[in-house]
Amino acid sequence: MALLEVTNLGIAFGGLQAVAQLDMKIEQGHLYGLIGPNGAGKTTVFNMLTGVYKPTEGDIILDGKNVTGKSPEKICRAGVARTFQNIRLFDKLTVLDNVKVGLHNQITYSVLTGIFRLPGFFRKEKAMNEKAMELLRIFDLDKEANLPAASLPYGKQRKLEIARALATNPKLLLLDEPAAGMNPNETAELMETVRFVKDKFKIAILLIEHDMNFVMGICEHITVLDYGRVIASGTGDQVRNNPKVIAAYLGGD
Amino acid sequence: MKNIVTKLKSFPRDTRRDLGNYLIVVAAFLLMQAALGGGLISNSMEGLLVPICAYVVMAISLTLTVGILGELSLGHGGFMSVGAFVGVFFSMATQNSIPSDGMRLFLAFVAGTVAAGVVGLLIGIPVLRLRGDYLAIVTLAFGEIIKNVLNVLYVGVDANGIHVAISDEKALHLAEDGRVIIAGALGISGGRKLATFVIGFVLVLVALFIVQNLVRSRAGRAIMSIRDNRIAAEAMGINVTKYKLMAFSISAALAGAAGVLYGHNYSALQAGKFNYNMSIQVLLFVVLGGMTSLRGAMIAAVVLTVLPEMLRGLEDYRMLIYAIVLIAVMIFNQSPQLIQWRARMAEKLPKFGRKKEKEAK
Amino acid sequence: MDFIKYLITGISLGSVYAIIALGYTMVYGIAKMLNFAHGDVIMVGGYMTFIFMNSLGMPAILAVLGAMVVCTVLGIVIERVAYKPLREASSLAVLITAIGVSYLLQNLALIIWGSTPKSFPSVVSIDPIVLPGGITISGETIVTVVVSALIMIGLTLFINKSKLGHAMQAVAEDKGAAQLMGINVNATISITFAIGSALAAVAGALLCSSYPLLQPTTGAMPGIRAFVAAVFGGIGSIPGAMLGGVLLGIIESLTKAYISTELSDAVVFAMLIVVLLVKPTGLLGKKISEKV
Repeated sequence: MALLEVTNLGIAFGGLQAVAQLDMKIEQGHLYGLIGPNGAGKTTVFNMLTGVYKPTEGDIILDGKNVTGKSPEKICRAGVARTFQNIRLFDKLTVLDNVKVGLHNQITYSVLTGIFRLPGFFRKEKAMNEKAMELLRIFDLDKEANLPAASLPYGKQRKLEIARALATNPKLLLLDEPAAGMNPNETAELMETVRFVKDKFKIAILLIEHDMNFVMGICEHITVLDYGRVIASGTGDQVRNNPKVIAAYLGGD
Repeated sequence: MKNIVTKLKSFPRDTRRDLGNYLIVVAAFLLMQAALGGGLISNSMEGLLVPICAYVVMAISLTLTVGILGELSLGHGGFMSVGAFVGVFFSMATQNSIPSDGMRLFLAFVAGTVAAGVVGLLIGIPVLRLRGDYLAIVTLAFGEIIKNVLNVLYVGVDANGIHVAISDEKALHLAEDGRVIIAGALGISGGRKLATFVIGFVLVLVALFIVQNLVRSRAGRAIMSIRDNRIAAEAMGINVTKYKLMAFSISAALAGAAGVLYGHNYSALQAGKFNYNMSIQVLLFVVLGGMTSLRGAMIAAVVLTVLPEMLRGLEDYRMLIYAIVLIAVMIFNQSPQLIQWRARMAEKLPKFGRKKEKEAK
Repeated sequence: MDFIKYLITGISLGSVYAIIALGYTMVYGIAKMLNFAHGDVIMVGGYMTFIFMNSLGMPAILAVLGAMVVCTVLGIVIERVAYKPLREASSLAVLITAIGVSYLLQNLALIIWGSTPKSFPSVVSIDPIVLPGGITISGETIVTVVVSALIMIGLTLFINKSKLGHAMQAVAEDKGAAQLMGINVNATISITFAIGSALAAVAGALLCSSYPLLQPTTGAMPGIRAFVAAVFGGIGSIPGAMLGGVLLGIIESLTKAYISTELSDAVVFAMLIVVLLVKPTGLLGKKISEKV
């Protein structure tokens, strides 16, 4: 059984059909790409998968459970984590605390334990710190652990978002343009990190990206959206040679 | 001694700052006690000690809502009055059944704090789902409504229990042995002044302990993550409504506790005391303190309570000055252009200093 | 018969709320901020009309026009000095500053004019109409209802037909894009404040004509009730402000008559909460969704 099964997914804002008849199947431990021209509805798909928008039709089945239209919080608990196209960190919190917010539902203790510093507090906080530092090390952010998140340079903020998402212990990780604004060296490095993360945490990854080399380089399966509809789906080579895709990207008709 | 210093240095910066806050409060208390013992404090200043403690607790409470949660409450005076009336009512009603003053005051604190917390929860449930501006309006309205209701509320006790009526003392139908405790616009009178500076000091420490420990815990991080980015917080699996409600009702409960303290410092208590001006004044503490800083808000609370006492001549202009300071501080601290300008200035200044040092050498 | 009397009182009061609500709704729609000080501009409008009429002996209509000019300038100054520096800051910062401005106006009025209420002479000199059945409609009521209807029609035409109105719609929709299209965003926001404040002056004069006690806090509660009206009708919508205002006035008048005067505010705010929970966009508002 596939990890994520999306059938006939669609959403309309007022009269505008932003996404329609989307079918997608994501297998455990695979790397998927979602590409398409600007305004094709890629981020809208992410927003439906994570519960920010309620789909007006179709189903989202995660690991056999129907999560269509559930709240973002519930979907996160069900095992889907994401990053955002326009970075959304907790600016005033430290880098370490950003990741610890991600661990919120992984290592838990009650409010009273926190306020009255009951024994569990110190043990759990220690576990949280260790786990968070481990994640920060993967992304080479451990030295900045105590800086405010907003003070990080752009590239590191993107990495921190991924680390924070991984802290929620997802089965499926959604990356919204992870390489945006990075130079070729940083992009190459990110590619390595994404592969490493996928293998180390044994998760599936779905990513939106404009950098074609990046997508073709690491994705096993690519779905192409245009005007909210799937126009092609398959391996990198299949998609690259699809005339509809070429037309969509070159603006032909 | 050296051991303690090294140990302190090994703590994270946040922990050191928290400990520093306790230290400041304890030091200020001891200093005042010494001054009181030495007879250095004027009568009017001595009378301010308990209200100052109440205002400091209010400042801590509102910092939790405004600075930590990032929502605005304009009705904190209302929560304070709920605490004050419930607390003082309790201690007056149980005057005969609980002979120990200390026990009665302690239970009055529990009653007033819980009552204000529950009211905060009841208001928060519908309103915290909404945009921030609405919360400000509804809490402002709540403060006014509470004042209006207390102004027409009559409560009395007799052997049969508690009697409540709106707008008329006679409607209470008290038995002969009964007495009216809350008498409409006249409020409560004839209460005993049970509050002392020591109790106020302990309450400040307790409030500080609760808020500081909350902030440095899992729940506190969740609350601050909502403030910084609600959408990302939801995506991290944070139950936004739950944590907003938690912060808001803890804040309301602390305001209630401040009210119990304040109410027990006077023999008479009227709802009009806890008006819009009071809520704005507490907001000014928080803004002057730097919005997120407990230390800043506490210091601002003390300074702004003592200062008007020393500048009696400016009494008429006090509120006007408050308003101007509020606007000026907001613009200075929050305007993006001014923040950048200050950052540039800060860069220039130390360089300037270093140059001088070199020249000196 | 009593019911109809209360209804008429409600419509009259509601028409004033509607004029105030228009100011809130326009500023909220365009500058995306709750101008807390709007209610206090009403109070300033009231005092100005009072001064122009009583101390300078101007005719009512000129006095109101004078108050409109003063309030327009006041509105623009408030926006420029207090709100403009914070346009990119958090909404919490802007809201607190607006509360500061409101507080400033109230206390300035307190120092200048004192706390003793002034008895306001009506700006209306039309004779009341007596309906069959003995119901009297006062001149104030007639003028208030007519003026607010005219304002709404005028404003709707202005927004939909004039170039400036189109610019305001564009800024409300997307500040950045409007700027790219060559619209002067700062000027547009200033004009919005100017119009809102001029309307507040009119509302002040009409409010004080029906309820002739003028004091520094005169504008505060009507201002807040009018904000509730704006939210009720759908914030950002001009007909919504009108509808919300009139409905709120009627509800307030009937609550005072049949339930309790002290609880009328509680009823109004309970309504606000219910509306926000059931239909957060108000009766005629459109959905604003946050961009992710």
